Amino acid sequence: MTREIAVVAFAQTDHQRTSDDRSEVEMLMPVLHEVLDRTGLKTADIGFTCSGSSDYLAGRAFSFTLALDGVGAWPPISESHVEMDGAWALYEAWTKLLTGDADTALVYAYGKSSPGSLRDVLTRQLDPYYVAPLWPDSIALAALQAQALIDAGETDEPELATIAARSRATDNPHAQLRGPVPQGDYRVRPLRTGDCPPIGDGAAAVILAAGDRARDLCARPAWIRGIDHRIEAHSLGVRDLTDSPSTRLAAEKAGAFERPVDTAELHAPFTAQEVVLRKALRLDDSVRVNPSGGALAANPVMAAGLIRIGEAADRIHLGESDRALGHATSGPCLQQNLVAVLEGDPR
Amino acid sequence: MPEVLKAPLVVEFPFTRSLGPVQSAFLTGLRERVVLGVRTTDDRTLVPPVEYDPVTAEELRDLVEVAPTGTVTTWAWNHEPRRGQPLDTPFAWVLVRLDGADTALLHALDAPGPDAVHTGLRVRVRWAQERTGAITDIACFEPYDGDPAQPGGHSGRFEDMVTGIVAPARLDYTYSPGRAQSAYINALADRRNVGERCPSCRKVYVPPRGACPTCGVATSEQVEVGPHGTVTTFCIVNIKAKNLDIEVPYVYGHIALDGAGLALHGRIAGIPYDQVRMGLRVEPVWTEGARFPDHYRPTGEPDADYDTYRELL
Repeated sequence: MTREIAVVAFAQTDHQRTSDDRSEVEMLMPVLHEVLDRTGLKTADIGFTCSGSSDYLAGRAFSFTLALDGVGAWPPISESHVEMDGAWALYEAWTKLLTGDADTALVYAYGKSSPGSLRDVLTRQLDPYYVAPLWPDSIALAALQAQALIDAGETDEPELATIAARSRATDNPHAQLRGPVPQGDYRVRPLRTGDCPPIGDGAAAVILAAGDRARDLCARPAWIRGIDHRIEAHSLGVRDLTDSPSTRLAAEKAGAFERPVDTAELHAPFTAQEVVLRKALRLDDSVRVNPSGGALAANPVMAAGLIRIGEAADRIHLGESDRALGHATSGPCLQQNLVAVLEGDPR
Repeated sequence: MPEVLKAPLVVEFPFTRSLGPVQSAFLTGLRERVVLGVRTTDDRTLVPPVEYDPVTAEELRDLVEVAPTGTVTTWAWNHEPRRGQPLDTPFAWVLVRLDGADTALLHALDAPGPDAVHTGLRVRVRWAQERTGAITDIACFEPYDGDPAQPGGHSGRFEDMVTGIVAPARLDYTYSPGRAQSAYINALADRRNVGERCPSCRKVYVPPRGACPTCGVATSEQVEVGPHGTVTTFCIVNIKAKNLDIEVPYVYGHIALDGAGLALHGRIAGIPYDQVRMGLRVEPVWTEGARFPDHYRPTGEPDADYDTYRELL
């Protein structure tokens, strides 16, 4: 368990409302090539490959197997897949590297939300007995959480609009939404268009490496000092929607509270969720939150969480951060949460 | 860029699910206009009930009736109802803590507008006319300013328990196959088979998917293959597929079109099924208006030598 593991490279697509001129593998492949080029590695050099995606976005079974064509899976490679955000694929790859079975890992994730109606598609991840038959869509569930926060006096609509504006005031060239975006009308009250993430297609990839291998591949590796993920009760009515105890516990186990971070990339698809996460992670105004724009600027489902870790790592690669936090979520109203703490070597 | 194809894709599935003892009692109760919760060892009542305590993971079986009246704990106004949702007029999504319960149930609230809804609003169940033992047996909630209803103390045991539900789902997509597959399908419309060559290993993929799975690079150079090909392997199908208008037995084979680096699949006909063999030379047969070959038939050429297709098996 003493092996040091780092994110040594990160790449992502320009996220777009639709990518119907490309199949999943056609969308993904340039990102895989880019992240390999960054390290000089070839597919054959990679010890373990893990991906995150969802069949429900594509509307096809085993859709990830077609995307594997872009990896170069012959001769046979060591490969795995999670039907989750790629952040959880990164967690699996991290454990694989910890065991010593591999020194390098390629982690990628992609999501094409454009073929289906994302609000309806995401209802299929809900409890199939009591909830899914009512078809409560993703914005509706986030709106219930937002109203609970407003009723508790933890935020208000003007503050949510400020979060939306700050997130999209990013210079991230990959973002789908940038600059002034009207807050718009209510989608499901109290959430307006501006409080919701754009629907779009995109992909991302990172390379992990252990110990000296990481130092060989990257001038300033982003060392994963801790990573943990937790889940809470699936029934929304059991949870306190104004808090995120799973995020807090994951952060504690990942060592996030041992020293302050200077940067945090939070996976908060809805403005009100940033309020919950800031509180759970004890982030004050000294921390730079979502300089990338976060999920409000680009939310390729299943890749957006991995992108948070990649963005946090890139700040360290570039020397803009020494200790950064990457967070990913999955499920309605922040049901599952993953926290990674990344550090660069002292300068 | 040539035309990228798009087509509607509908995915429908009736998930048939069995219920455990707690969910069975709860959904049967709804059918009988009784709302049941489950009691935890620390004396909380969970509604809707679950089989295991979300905090301690202890098994829960102690069913207890709660009232059909309750209080809104949070809400969201939905002015544009979507397909499948409980009401087709604007409504509020609500979490409702029923009287006697410690947790809240998600459902819809029928109210004239957002100004009529607030956290703390008193509501009651509006039962569906026809009830089958499903969460939709609660049609919705409605505002209610009377006293809390008194629960009847039901034990959770009913005649004719509901033991399963069918949860139908339908999702609509617009499928687009991307650049490489669009080019392939468009060429098929002209009765041509077009593959793509890998710039690295030079293998020709048909149908092309835009990537060489061996080299992990994009394929781009289009190569016309066929129309003749060689049967590399086959099987005889004796089970008739639903909605398939083909007599059994028939032959399903892998066919390496001339110039292709791997075999594609198709039906082989125009020859008795028991005479199909490896190495048989075949050609596509197109039917009027079809966008792909209906089947492949023998060309009459001598069989191909095994060494010419052994790498394509």
